[in-house]
Amino acid sequence: MSDLNTQAVARYKNNFLREVEERVEEGDMVKMCMQCGVCAGSCPLGPHWQHSPQKIFMMIRAGKREEVLTSDSMWMCTSCYNCIVRCPRQLPITHIMHGLANYAHRLGIAPKGQPTREFAKTFWNNLIKKGRVNELTLTLAHYFANGIGPGIQIALNMQKIGLGMVLAGRLNPMEIFGGHSVKDLNGFHAVLAKAKEIEDRKKGFSA
Amino acid sequence: MTASIATGQTILVVGGGISGMTAALEAAECGKQVILVEKTPTLGGRTAQLYRYFPKMCHPTCGLEINLRRLKGNPNVRVMTLTEVTAVAGSRGNYAVTLKVAPRHVTENCTACGDCGKAVTSEIADAYNYGLGKVKAAYLPHAMAYPQRYVIDPSIAGTAEGEAAKAACKYGAVDLGMQEETVQLNVGAVVWATGWRPYDANKIQPYGYDRYANVITSVEFERLADPHGPTGGKILRPGDGKEAKNIAFIQCAGSRDENHLRHCSRICCMASLKQTQYVREAWGDEGKSTIYYIDIRAIDRFEDFYQMVQKDATVSFVKSKVARIAENKDNGNPVLHGVDTEGYHRYATEHDLVVLAVGMEPEVTGVKLPDDIILDSSNFIEGSRDGGMIGAGAASSPLDVNRAVQSATAASLRAIQVIHKNAATENA
Ligand SMILES: Cc1cc2nc3c(=O)[nH]c(=O)nc-3n(C[C@H](O)[C@H](O)[C@H](O)COP(=O)(O)OP(=O)(O)OC[C@H]3O[C@@H](n4cnc5c(N)ncnc54)[C@H](O)[C@@H]3O)c2cc1C
Ligand code: SF4
Ligand code: SF4
Ligand code: SF4
Ligand code: SF4
Repeated sequence: MSDLNTQAVARYKNNFLREVEERVEEGDMVKMCMQCGVCAGSCPLGPHWQHSPQKIFMMIRAGKREEVLTSDSMWMCTSCYNCIVRCPRQLPITHIMHGLANYAHRLGIAPKGQPTREFAKTFWNNLIKKGRVNELTLTLAHYFANGIGPGIQIALNMQKIGLGMVLAGRLNPMEIFGGHSVKDLNGFHAVLAKAKEIEDRKKGFSA
Repeated sequence: MTASIATGQTILVVGGGISGMTAALEAAECGKQVILVEKTPTLGGRTAQLYRYFPKMCHPTCGLEINLRRLKGNPNVRVMTLTEVTAVAGSRGNYAVTLKVAPRHVTENCTACGDCGKAVTSEIADAYNYGLGKVKAAYLPHAMAYPQRYVIDPSIAGTAEGEAAKAACKYGAVDLGMQEETVQLNVGAVVWATGWRPYDANKIQPYGYDRYANVITSVEFERLADPHGPTGGKILRPGDGKEAKNIAFIQCAGSRDENHLRHCSRICCMASLKQTQYVREAWGDEGKSTIYYIDIRAIDRFEDFYQMVQKDATVSFVKSKVARIAENKDNGNPVLHGVDTEGYHRYATEHDLVVLAVGMEPEVTGVKLPDDIILDSSNFIEGSRDGGMIGAGAASSPLDVNRAVQSATAASLRAIQVIHKNAATENA
């Protein structure tokens, strides 16, 4: 995994902005930021994270690769889109935040144990298994992410909602036994493999 | 319907602001025949609505007075107020223009004695003060109005109040029967000096101009500072009439913004720097101005003015575009939220009053112009492809008065060239 990181460092030297432009979703819009501060002041999570989008974009330009990619700031984005609708330059800020998070994850240097990242991983692993999200196993995996004790506690707290969903036909208890898959599971996996191949080629991960 | 002597030798100037007056006078003083049309009841445009103007901080009276004197002494310019262009047909050297003249209900006999105003009680929004106050429905637009003639608002023309105004006039100047007229003219060249208007601040939702009484625009602030304004020159905030001493200025309100006006309006940094000096003039060391900005654009020699303001201890600068404004319900103070770019500090700062430095948008935005007029991406007028129509002043670009006058002089010269070529072909 960190092989990818070493390769990236060798490839882009000190030009982190170029790396972001080529490898991060919508990364080529970073240079359009005029540092006005509207996104930073508009983000509801602003007070709770270390680097606002405004600051992240400046850090990218200043070549602070390590600090940006290992930061948990972009993992804090809730996709509320407040920043996007207000940005005077119409930067796709939300997409860039997620793009950076995804890229850091790809390189294997994203913060370990960051809850959003852990949930995203759980969600993804659940999804690719059968081609559809198994809500029951996903929920359980999420509850027990912090160990058995807290897991049981959350499960008990959420009991009523779970039961209501079962009664309403929104949650099938039988899904615990693996659950059903999409019709053409092999086809689905082939699609994912192809998508990854294309992405790797486009972003320069493969030769 | 008035017959007109206008010909292919005549220049039509649309818009009677500082640019239109300049373009008209420059051509007239070269011996050309000029018709100057203005849609409001008076010449002067938006310059007349400023308290003082940068960089010399003089009152607009001086600049306008000189132009009015030139105008009165020149028989080559015919001024038509309350007049709009409704259609232009033809091409360079030969245009047929249709004008619509709205009724003033007051004739040339008016001496501006004011008796009709006293006889009337109903009031209308005061356009001169950007609607911040009211005027009688029989009024003189402002002290410097040209022509110095009253206007009787159409809303009272057919009423008992209209009759009262007529009865009060000793000079027989009130004519309640005046109707809208259509006038046809032939001209050789058209100068478009239709100017600008402030960007609609209601559209900038996070700033709450529509919700908070103590958030106003820069053009309204000009009127608050002016002794001829609605507060007699006292800086009192609209919400509760309280003295506003701690004032925030928000730059680029609607400009340099893909969601609003894309362009930099170019004068608003200077306008706010100037307005901090109104605060100083009103409150001395007790006043406090804070300018929130992305970057200060004081072009060319205006840099001196910027440096002068920077030295003023009552003025501070925060490098940040404010993200949103909330209101402190207890005292009506606007609270500014944002993050500053020099250190990324989060702030929530209260002020007595917020002035939005709104952008300049072309007055003709949304108006149907002749087909062959070329506009830039922000709707500023460049002119017609064949050069017979020319944009001038703030209609052509967001310009300060000095640059607007330069632009108008250049436009006038180009119009004169069109007329000359015309004369040459007519004589050949
Ligand atoms: C807050 C603020 C403060 C400013 N302060 C300063 C300052 O201190 N110093 C400075 O140099 N500049 C200042 N400016 C800029 C200044 O206002 C402009 O440079 C100036 O008004 C330009 O004059 P103009 O004649 O081109 O346009 P305008 O003043 O807009 O005049 C245009 C005229 O055309 C008329 N018109 C419009 N459409 C039509 C039509 N269709 N038919 C007929 N007539 C029409 C209008 O009624 C108006 O009378 C300031 C601007 C703002 C926003
Ligand atoms: S709002 Fe847009 S232009 Fe302003 S700092 Fe954020 S990303 Fe940059
Ligand atoms: S979309 Fe993300 S970065 Fe943008 S304001 Fe919302 S939480 Fe903040
Ligand atoms: S219309 Fe008559 S009464 Fe009114 S100001 Fe003019 S002269 Fe005086
Ligand atoms: S002049 Fe200043 S306030 Fe006006 S748009 Fe340009 S940068 Fe913004």
